[in-house]
Parts: sequence; C-alpha cells; structure tokens
Amino acid sequence: MTDTNRPKGRLFRPFGRLVSRAGLAGGGAQSKESTRPPTRFEQPGLFAFAAYVAVVAFFVVALSGTQASLGDLASGLPQMARLVGEMLPPSTARLGPVAWALLETFQMAFVGTVIGVLLSVPLAVLATPHLSPHPAIYHASRTLIAFFRTVPDLVWALLFVVSVGLGPFAGTLALIVDKLGFCGRFFAEAMEEAERGPQEALAAIGARRSAIVACAVLPAAMPSFVATSLFSLEKATRSSVVLGLVGAGGIGIELKVAMDLFSYDEAATIILAIFALVLLVERASAWLRARML
Amino acid sequence: MDARPAVTAGINTAVTAGIDTAATAGIDLSVGGVFKRFGTTQVLGGVSFAVPAGQAVALIGANGAGKSTLLRCCLRLIEPDSGTVQLLGRDVRALDAAGLRGLRAEIGFVFQKHNLVGRLSALSNVLHGALGRAPFGRAWFQSLAPSGLRAEAMECLARVGLDAIAARRADRLSGGQSQRVAIARALMQRPRMIFADEPVASLDPAAGEEVMALFLDLIRRQGLTLLFTSHDLAHAIAFADRVIALRGGAIVLDAPAAGLTVAELRALYD
Repeated sequence: MTDTNRPKGRLFRPFGRLVSRAGLAGGGAQSKESTRPPTRFEQPGLFAFAAYVAVVAFFVVALSGTQASLGDLASGLPQMARLVGEMLPPSTARLGPVAWALLETFQMAFVGTVIGVLLSVPLAVLATPHLSPHPAIYHASRTLIAFFRTVPDLVWALLFVVSVGLGPFAGTLALIVDKLGFCGRFFAEAMEEAERGPQEALAAIGARRSAIVACAVLPAAMPSFVATSLFSLEKATRSSVVLGLVGAGGIGIELKVAMDLFSYDEAATIILAIFALVLLVERASAWLRARML
Repeated sequence: MDARPAVTAGINTAVTAGIDTAATAGIDLSVGGVFKRFGTTQVLGGVSFAVPAGQAVALIGANGAGKSTLLRCCLRLIEPDSGTVQLLGRDVRALDAAGLRGLRAEIGFVFQKHNLVGRLSALSNVLHGALGRAPFGRAWFQSLAPSGLRAEAMECLARVGLDAIAARRADRLSGGQSQRVAIARALMQRPRMIFADEPVASLDPAAGEEVMALFLDLIRRQGLTLLFTSHDLAHAIAFADRVIALRGGAIVLDAPAAGLTVAELRALYD
C-alpha cells in the first residue's frame, strides 16, 4: 500500500466502498476525516442496486426474446456472401429513373423539413413553460409534440397514403408531422435554455410577450435552431428513402421492386445512390452549420 | 440637484413610516410598506420611501439586503407580497398587463450584466428600447426599422459615443461598450425615470468610473429621476443626491449624499 493517508485495517465492500476499522475505532493520526481521500465509488442504495440487477436481468431475458443465435448468424454468412456477389457489379441499366426517384426523395425531404421547421417554431413557443400563454396550452402543446414524435414516420406515411393516396405528397405530409415532433421538442428546449437576462430587459422596457420571443428568445436560440433544422434535413433524407417502401413516394419503392424481382445488381445501384445522397446532404449540412454558427 | 426631499439624516436611522403618496406632488416614485418573501426568507420587510422628480438616489446594502428585489418590485418584474408602489403617478400594483407595459415603457432599466441580445447588432439592441411604444416588427432588427427609428437609435448611440460601431454584434463588445449600449437602449425609451441595478459592477474601476460619469451626465442633462443600486460607496456619494441603505430588507439609512463619508456607509455593512 503506497498511499500513506489511508488508514490500516480496511474492509472491502461491494461496489468499492472502503470502511476503516481503525477509523471507526478512532485510533491513529491517519484516521482523521480531513486527511482521508474520498471513496472511489459510492455504495448504491438498496433501490439503485435492485434497479441494476433488474436491468441486467431484463437484458438477458430480452436477448432470449430476440432469438439471437450465433449458429444462425454463422450459417447465414454464405447466403450474405452470395447476395453481395449477385449485387456486383451494380447495374447501370436504369440510371435515369433511379436519378429521378432520388431527386423526388430529396424534394420530399427538403419540402417536408422546411414546412415542418416553420410550423415547429410557433408550436415550440407554446410548449415553452415561461413563454406559453397558459399552463393548459403548454401541457396540450407538449402532449401534441410527444404524440407526433412517438408515432414513427412510417406509420404516419401509412395513414397519409390512406388519406391522400400513393405518392410523394403522402410522404411529405408524414415528414412534416415527424419534424413537428422532432423540431418542436428541441426548439422548445432551446428556447427554455435561452439566456433570461435579455428577456427580462425587454419585459422591463414594456415589450409584449410576442416581441420578447421575436427579439430576445429567437436570436438566442437561433444556433440551436439551425443545428436542429440541418440535422432534421439529414434525418428526413434517410426517412424519405424508407417511406417509399409503403408507397409514399421516393426511391424506396424502386428499391423494393428491385429486391422483389431479385434484381440485386439494380438494388446495389439504388443503395449506392441513396448512400451518395445522404452523404452529400450530411456534408452540406456540416458545411452550413460551420458557416452559420 | 436643488430640490431634495425631507430625508431622515444620520447613520442607523431606520425610516419605516408610511408615506402619504396621494398628497405628495412632484414625486416620481413612492414606495409604501412593501414586503417580499421568497419561501421562508423575508427579503423586504415593509420598505417605504419616496423619490421626487429629478433626484438621483443610490440604494446601498450588502448582498441579499433586498436592493435588486426592491427595484424589480417597483416595476413588478417581481410581484411584491404587499404594500403600495406609486410610479409616475400610477398605482403599479393596480395596473393591468397593458397598463403595466405602458408604464414600463416610460422607465429605463439598466442591468448589471447589460442584458443585451448578444447575436444582434448594437443598433438593433438600441432599437429594442422602442418596443414599448412601437410594434415589434418596426423595432425588431435595424434592417427592418423605419428610417425615423433608426436615426433616433443612432442618435442614442452617438450620445454614448458608440455610433461608429453600430453594426457590431453585441457579444463582440467590451464590458464598458456593452453597458453604454444598454444605456443607449434605455435612452431610446425616452424615459421619465431610470432604474439601474449595479450598472458598473461588472466593469473594471476605470471603465466603471467612465460609464457612471457618462450615465449621470446624460441623466442630469435630461433632468431624469434616477434610482440606482451600487456596492461602490464612493460612487453612491459622488453620483447620488441621496443615499438609502438597506439591511435585512429594511431601510437603516436615508440621508443626503453630501453629508456622508465612505467610512460611515461602510459601517452599515458590519
């Protein structure tokens, strides 16, 4: 033991708590509280310990529930290799239709994001505790945002396909609702965290609540708005690919058809096109963030 | 300042008597028996005083004495628990939201930490001073403001010597410059009275001296009434006509500044 400050005669307890027998007995100059280093780890309480055990136990049960099998994984590898083999080289036979579908995908993502972001701002104001005009409106807005967020965009797409029919409009509507849930939450948090001093200053000037939001809150929250909106565009681009699988427009439907017809080389082309689009949007978004923040 | 009110002079003389506000002419601010409690802590314990038009009053006291809370209670930025506040002839506690906004528009408030909107230009921040009297679309950004308001805001910046950096973002200004912009914003309100909460506490001594002198000069020239808090006792004596000291939420001194010394005031902090 190299640490001379530590008392002799320690007892090791689970989760690292060190208890000094000498200290408890009150013996020795080194048993003073002021010279004793703090314990490395706090011993968890009964409930915390029970929670840890419960989480580990649930993971074991959940793993079993997923029917995870290393054997199945090993036997599936040759199948995967065969699939990859059939994908190569990617087919260039339908580059034109794939490019148009890709453009439609991005159009859906862009329009859905822009409209969703614009609609999210007033909704987020109502969902910000100190800016909302009434507690009931605040709770209603929070609940609405939570509802928009928790229902997956694919489900929204299914609903809109039934409502407005197959095609990119249904996908765009699904993306708008998804953005309301995503941006609404993060915009509200950004406005809640905005510096209060300028808001108090404008209140002292006699400004209305709407003026305080416009003049003090929005400028302060703008960096977070920009970052969230750009991330939202990236997310919408990825989502709009999947929405096509349920007939809500975009390149997803092309991918589904290619897979259903076992045209794996064509599917490879579509996957690479999607990869290029998502990468391009992510890079452009990162560049814009760096420029604007 | 010639017109001074009858004040209770002398150290450690508590002034807690109520003030007949209705009968007092030429009084810009009259506070009567204001109490404020946060949880179990009583911050203001029945504070009463009056400030005549054109007078500069310094509020001093240790941290937690209730100075900032008192200033905010006067404008209902913090709601007082009880008591009366008459400001520019209006019963502040009886005002509805619109009436309160109208009153606040006539009172400039300079904060210790400037409270500027950092991502906007100095000029836009000064324009915000007109938010109490103009629709926010006109005073939102300098680029959207009508030329009359822009010219007035530039004039306010010129009076604090910062018209040359009107386009600079507020978060790129020095502490002294930021406080000057905050003063310009208060001037943009065309105020009848100014409240200032430790206006130079965040500045170094030289900048603080300079800003305070400029601030008082502008206020004197316009004949405005001033109520400011300060921990700088020399400032309180030099720049105020009258000093009010708070301790534990009660007034323990209310005296003309001219007869006071720093040592006497420092004794109030013990």
